Amino acid sequence: MTVEVELFARLRDITGQHCVELTLQDGTLPELRRALQSRYPATEMVLRKSAIAVNESYAPESIVLKPGDRIAILPPVSGG
Amino acid sequence: MVELTYEPIDAGELFKSVVRPDCGGIVLFVGTVRDLTHGQRTLALEYEAYAGMAKKELQLIADEVQKRWPIGSMRAVHRLGKLAISDIAVAVVVSCPHRADAFDACRFVIDEIKKRVPIWKCDHTPDGAASWVHPGVTS
Repeated sequence: MTVEVELFARLRDITGQHCVELTLQDGTLPELRRALQSRYPATEMVLRKSAIAVNESYAPESIVLKPGDRIAILPPVSGG
Repeated sequence: MVELTYEPIDAGELFKSVVRPDCGGIVLFVGTVRDLTHGQRTLALEYEAYAGMAKKELQLIADEVQKRWPIGSMRAVHRLGKLAISDIAVAVVVSCPHRADAFDACRFVIDEIKKRVPIWKCDHTPDGAASWVHPGVTS
């Protein structure tokens, strides 16, 4: 399964991409994190602290992704 | 009721918009851009959001606060884009029949915004450097 993943703030700066396509076997979040990190090793520190949003809601780590899900990786937020 | 904007935030307008005859306590919190971040001088802050989700999270917070406190009216606005020192980055205003609820509810909203809403700031320093602020991640 191929998924599109949106990236923000420092993750976007590190990768130089606002959106990346990743190919996953099982569609789990740990697999998603590993796939991004293996393509962009410099994301490790931020990725470890980041949350994942699926369809614009915070996703539990146990969620399994489906084709067409809107996925975003959210580094620790700093609004306000 | 909740809003993201690239335009300057008018705190006076927000205050007036929640005045109600049945509410005797109004608390307005205004967050402005400070000139120091952990002892380092800041020239400007640039805010970006995952806009669709940020609006949804703001609305969830607004729904929660109205379940927990007797809210007459509330507004929460976060600004995006590049802001100068002392510009308003965020404002929350809550009116309630009594002041204790208004203080607690306003505090809850701003604390939850800072915890959950996907908005990030990038700190621009006088030497031309820019770094994203991610609490808990070393830069």
